[in-house]
Amino acid sequence: MINFYNVTKLYPNGVKALNDVSLSICKGEFVFLVGPSGAGKSTLIKIIFREELPTRGQVLFGGKNVARLRPREVPYLRRKIGMVFQDFRLLSQKTVAENVAFAMEVISASGKDIKKRVPEVLEQVGLKDKLNVLPKELSGGEQQRVCIARALVNSPAVLIADEPTGNLDPDTAWGLMELLEEINKAGTTVIMSTHAREIVDVMKKRVVAISQGKISRDEECGVYCDEL
Amino acid sequence: MQSIARNSWISLASIGTVSVSLIIVGVFTLVFLNANQFTQGLESGLEIRAILKNEQSRTDLNRINYSIESISGVSFVEFISKNQALEEMKESLENRKEILEGLQSENPLPDAFKVKAETPEQIVPIAKEIEAIEGVEQVIYGQSFVEKLVAATRWIRYAGAGLLGILCLAAVFLISTTIKMSVFARRKEIEIMVLLGATKWFVRFPYLLEGMILGFLGSLLSGLVVGAGYLSLVNHLDQALPFVSLITDKLVVLKVLGGIVGVGLLIGAIGSTMSIRKFLKT
Repeated sequence: MINFYNVTKLYPNGVKALNDVSLSICKGEFVFLVGPSGAGKSTLIKIIFREELPTRGQVLFGGKNVARLRPREVPYLRRKIGMVFQDFRLLSQKTVAENVAFAMEVISASGKDIKKRVPEVLEQVGLKDKLNVLPKELSGGEQQRVCIARALVNSPAVLIADEPTGNLDPDTAWGLMELLEEINKAGTTVIMSTHAREIVDVMKKRVVAISQGKISRDEECGVYCDEL
Repeated sequence: MQSIARNSWISLASIGTVSVSLIIVGVFTLVFLNANQFTQGLESGLEIRAILKNEQSRTDLNRINYSIESISGVSFVEFISKNQALEEMKESLENRKEILEGLQSENPLPDAFKVKAETPEQIVPIAKEIEAIEGVEQVIYGQSFVEKLVAATRWIRYAGAGLLGILCLAAVFLISTTIKMSVFARRKEIEIMVLLGATKWFVRFPYLLEGMILGFLGSLLSGLVVGAGYLSLVNHLDQALPFVSLITDKLVVLKVLGGIVGVGLLIGAIGSTMSIRKFLKT
């Protein structure tokens, strides 16, 4: 459902973040994007999400050319993708439930649907007791779960998580991985970029390794990196 | 609405500036309309006199009358015979009849046509055409006065439009600054909205509303001030200087006030659109 054909991304400052990348991700897959900082993982994610445009090459999402979308079509692409950010990006003055509801309000969902769906998805991520708590009163792992709930609330086809465990301690990170695996089993495609070697090695999922803007390795049931 | 309350001081300041600018706009518009009415009064009083050569036949008079009527822009033609002209002169010099005493036996005044133009700009070309008609001795009109009046009204119109434009721009700028502050305070929220798939309209709408409310409140205030001020001015002048005739047509005044409110809304909308554009680039 996501296809990259010879994608190159050149930033205005001359940095070549992606160099002739071709990649295909199918519906229902669980994919780790691994590689050192600055290898191009974030750029790849940004291109899927159309935060950045590819300099050369084609990117298809569900058969649609992402680069050719008109500006007013972009919101509808993003509604099919749930994004989980490393820095959470939660609104500090809103409660947990309000933060999740915000994602539904933004796409003009009805009040009735919001009331029904928000507690549902917060229960799914294990936060049903924290509906009316402000994010700053939560632990890092819990905040990341709120972020996942927000990404899931509109039932996206794909969940993309950019280093979701980057700010978490190992135990919390494992809890989060279990949650992501559950979500994947329920049918959502999951793409996760990470540095966490141990997690990748244990999970035995597809691993796409990127270094210096190129795909250096793409294996089913892969491990973080043989050479290291 | 919440953000208007939250930034209450800035919001008040921008309502104030909108209303001050629109008060000036409104006052100027009313002054302008009144000046226009006044100059139109002057303009419609302007006339051309075509003095005829002596002793024209009836057919010649008819021919000249017809030629003048067929010039484009002529709104009125009247024949003034030499006798009529003498009567007019007698009337206007009633107090000094001795001047006319020598004229009783023989009337030295010529026959003439009185001609009026639709607009003052047309007076000069019409006069030139009449001069060319056979049988016309001379054409008289207030040459220099007409030219000056035309130039002055044109200048006043341009200067007025320019001033109005500048004031409106200032008001747009102030509203956009106000809204920029509230956009800036919520820039994180806007960024997240965009990432979550909000359409541009969805993001823009509350700020558009905020800008239009600010513009509306400001224009309402200035409308009240201008309206009340003008009506009381009309009342006072009516008693103090009854010969100065201001526009008292309620419909015209209402149109001006309605225009002020409309401009206020527009200023608010433009201001807010400008202030949020930068944050919506994807």
